[in-house]
Amino acid sequence: MDSPADIRCHELVELVTDYLEGALDDAARTRFELHVVACRGCANYLEQMRATAELVGETPDVEADPEQLDELLEAFRGWHRRTLEES
Amino acid sequence: MATAAHTGSSATDDARVVAALRRGDEAAFTALVHRYQTLMLRVARGYCRDPRVAEEVVQETWMALFEGIDRFEGRASLKTWLFRVLVKRAITRGTRERRQVPFSALGPADDEDGPTVDPERFLPADHPRFAGHWAAYPGDWGALPHERLVSRETITAVREAIEQLPERQRTVIAMRDIGGFSADEVCGALDLSEGNQRVLLHRARAKVREAVERQLGEAP
Repeated sequence: MDSPADIRCHELVELVTDYLEGALDDAARTRFELHVVACRGCANYLEQMRATAELVGETPDVEADPEQLDELLEAFRGWHRRTLEES
Repeated sequence: MATAAHTGSSATDDARVVAALRRGDEAAFTALVHRYQTLMLRVARGYCRDPRVAEEVVQETWMALFEGIDRFEGRASLKTWLFRVLVKRAITRGTRERRQVPFSALGPADDEDGPTVDPERFLPADHPRFAGHWAAYPGDWGALPHERLVSRETITAVREAIEQLPERQRTVIAMRDIGGFSADEVCGALDLSEGNQRVLLHRARAKVREAVERQLGEAP
């Protein structure tokens, strides 16, 4: 049976995204999970990568310029008028 | 949370939006712009250093949507289609722009080899019992007060780390973790294989993680 020692920490850290994306096959996923259960360092690393993805989602957006939005709406109206004229 | 996790656009939603645009429904168009404009700008800025050029690329992409809407067949989702056009244009404009920028001003190359965690963090291969295991455990961020983890300083460190990523990594992480795109949608928009998408996401997140760790002062 697999033991946590089958996979080393420095290898596991490179599999974290494959794991989170559900891209590991059954055997690899089991090995991954067995290791994480037994290894606090890798459990923390996995959580850090999860938290990182969430932190990235918290970064403020580039502001959309209201003037630009007006221009876009104007362009949309112009386009629609033209399609009506053509049809 | 700003824009993360948009509800996925299904084929029926897309068909409804396309029909509304053809009718000239301004509310439908405005909603679409609000949904994607800021992420489009962010992605475009990943390729074009001049923010005005990035803005132009985004405007052009919307124009391309109008012109192309009659040919939109729903084979790809509307958002995949939109970002596909955006990225193609951004690359073209970015490349043109770059010829005028000194080489040293360019971002780092697309590094896709080598470990994503400093090898020094692990015990050496000749260690009698624990070769390849952590020399010191990474910290438990879950034990930190939430305000500390999502402090302004941390978010600033995250933003700076994203800005320093190679283009493709930056685009993938922005679409996935900010825009809430699925892996499939990113592959479709950027013409990536699933494996490649994962590699880019992994490298991007690993670098941002490292920056957060540094900011939190937990690195050894």
